[in-house]
Amino acid sequence: MTTPYLSIEKVEMTFTVGAQKFCALREVDLGIAKGEFVSIIGHSGCGKSTLLNIVAGLTRCTSGGVILDGREVSEPGPDRAVVFQNHSLLPWLTAYDNVRLAVDKVFGKTKTAAERHDWVEHNLRLVHMAHAAGKRPDELSGGMKQRIGIARALAMEPKVLLMDEPFGALDALTRAHLQDTCMEIQQRLNNTVIMITHDVDEAVLLSDRIVMMTNGPAATIGQVLEVGLPRPRRRLELADDPAYVRARAEVLRFLYERHAPAKMAAE
Amino acid sequence: MSALLDVTGTGEEGTPLPANTNRLPRAGGGPRFFGTSAAAPGSKTVGPRLRGGSGIMGPIRGLAKAATRKAVDLLPFLVALALLLGLWELACHGTKAGLPPPSKVVADTWELIVDPFFDNGGTDKGLFWHLAASLKRVAVGFSLAAVAGIALGVLIGQSALAYRGLDPLFQVLRTVPPLAWLPISLAAFQQADPSAIFVIFITSVWPIILNTAVGIRQIPKDYVNVARVLRLSPLEYFFKIMLPATVPYIFTGLKIGIGLSWLAIVAAEMLIGGVGIGFFIWDAWNSSLMSEIILALVYVGLVGFMLDRAITLLAARVGGGMPKR
Repeated sequence: MTTPYLSIEKVEMTFTVGAQKFCALREVDLGIAKGEFVSIIGHSGCGKSTLLNIVAGLTRCTSGGVILDGREVSEPGPDRAVVFQNHSLLPWLTAYDNVRLAVDKVFGKTKTAAERHDWVEHNLRLVHMAHAAGKRPDELSGGMKQRIGIARALAMEPKVLLMDEPFGALDALTRAHLQDTCMEIQQRLNNTVIMITHDVDEAVLLSDRIVMMTNGPAATIGQVLEVGLPRPRRRLELADDPAYVRARAEVLRFLYERHAPAKMAAE
Repeated sequence: MSALLDVTGTGEEGTPLPANTNRLPRAGGGPRFFGTSAAAPGSKTVGPRLRGGSGIMGPIRGLAKAATRKAVDLLPFLVALALLLGLWELACHGTKAGLPPPSKVVADTWELIVDPFFDNGGTDKGLFWHLAASLKRVAVGFSLAAVAGIALGVLIGQSALAYRGLDPLFQVLRTVPPLAWLPISLAAFQQADPSAIFVIFITSVWPIILNTAVGIRQIPKDYVNVARVLRLSPLEYFFKIMLPATVPYIFTGLKIGIGLSWLAIVAAEMLIGGVGIGFFIWDAWNSSLMSEIILALVYVGLVGFMLDRAITLLAARVGGGMPKR
């Protein structure tokens, strides 16, 4: 039996607020292969973000653990770069400097200043943002900010790229553009990616596998769906593709029939 | 150059033009403009239409336009000022008035106005030297307050324990009026100058501490997460995240602080004596020189205003790209 590249093992998360205990996650087991794109989908409050934060090392799980490339995750680090939902760019730095901060920190000892400069520019080009290098975040649109956020994460050359609802705050058209860029980059770099989403189409379009979470409290993995669609994928051609439609229906059934949120079930 | 003035066409009011009006030659009948010398408020001084001119006038014309805009911006203020001075002149006109009217103030203090740099030894110095002495005390006291205030602010902003321990203390101490510290500092330092500087320090340090602390506590969790993912060292975190994220708050504190310093120094100098604008006012009062007091007040106000602007400018410089959070 081979151990997967990234292995989430029996992760359990219990929050203690005063005397009250709240179990957010239990028995979460998941193995992810190198170069795999995995989406985690589920209703709000199912602990998706908590799980991502545990993999990132930003939150310590109460029991179980995460092993990446043979080493246990115990703290945050650039090998697990995070693309945050609200971009989290530093507003006093330009787009270039935001990426440069990460590059300087990660490659300060291994690359020369000129190489680091080229690397920043390369990553800005990758997300089609070379023209905005000198702009500050408040001069950029939401989609552009998120592109810079992705460039910053990619520039760290992470072993696994973690994306927490990266396109959640964007309008539909911008979101589609970013998804296309994301697929294009994935095609070139073959990163290992975990993406949190609540958008069924996005999950099916981008992922190799979709991990569906049951509702909290004590949420866990309810079902894992392989998306067998060939790459490169084009959203227009996929719209009528039976395999795409089937995968989409599968996820929708899981979310709205078997694990409808409590409020909806009551109606 | 034979640029001819042609006022007759446009100067409906026939106001004689002040000598220093922008006499810019313009080709043909250009648009009118208000000269910078619209200092005579209210009077609609219509700029001259000029003939002649040449190619180098483009940039100058641009300058004149900017000056015109500035003058128009200032107009309401100048009108208000003129009204105020007029009212004051009227109210204090008679000989029985307790306060001198502005015309008398200027007449009485003309020597002080035109020569702020004289130095006859002792405390008999020009206003420039008094202001400089006060500013020096403020500079020292305020600089100390800025350093200590930011450091303490970072401490109580970062550490919940330090906050619980020190914040109540600060909240009580900051309400103590500046002058109430003076006897204590005189007793402690035994000298006038350090005592005055201490009063400045203790007056301006509180808003700097409290605003810095608020700024630190307001640093978004996201920035902290970015720092954690990048594994920034504590020192890198301080310079690359904490300080830039807190700059707007720090400057709010500094701005309040410098205002309070200037308030305190005038009061403190009245009591401790020596050279300084506060002492100058007290000395003038003892000699019943009301006009000198009024002149000093104008200077105190102007300097306070300039200190405030200086901090604002500095803040804009340092935090140029800061969005308003």
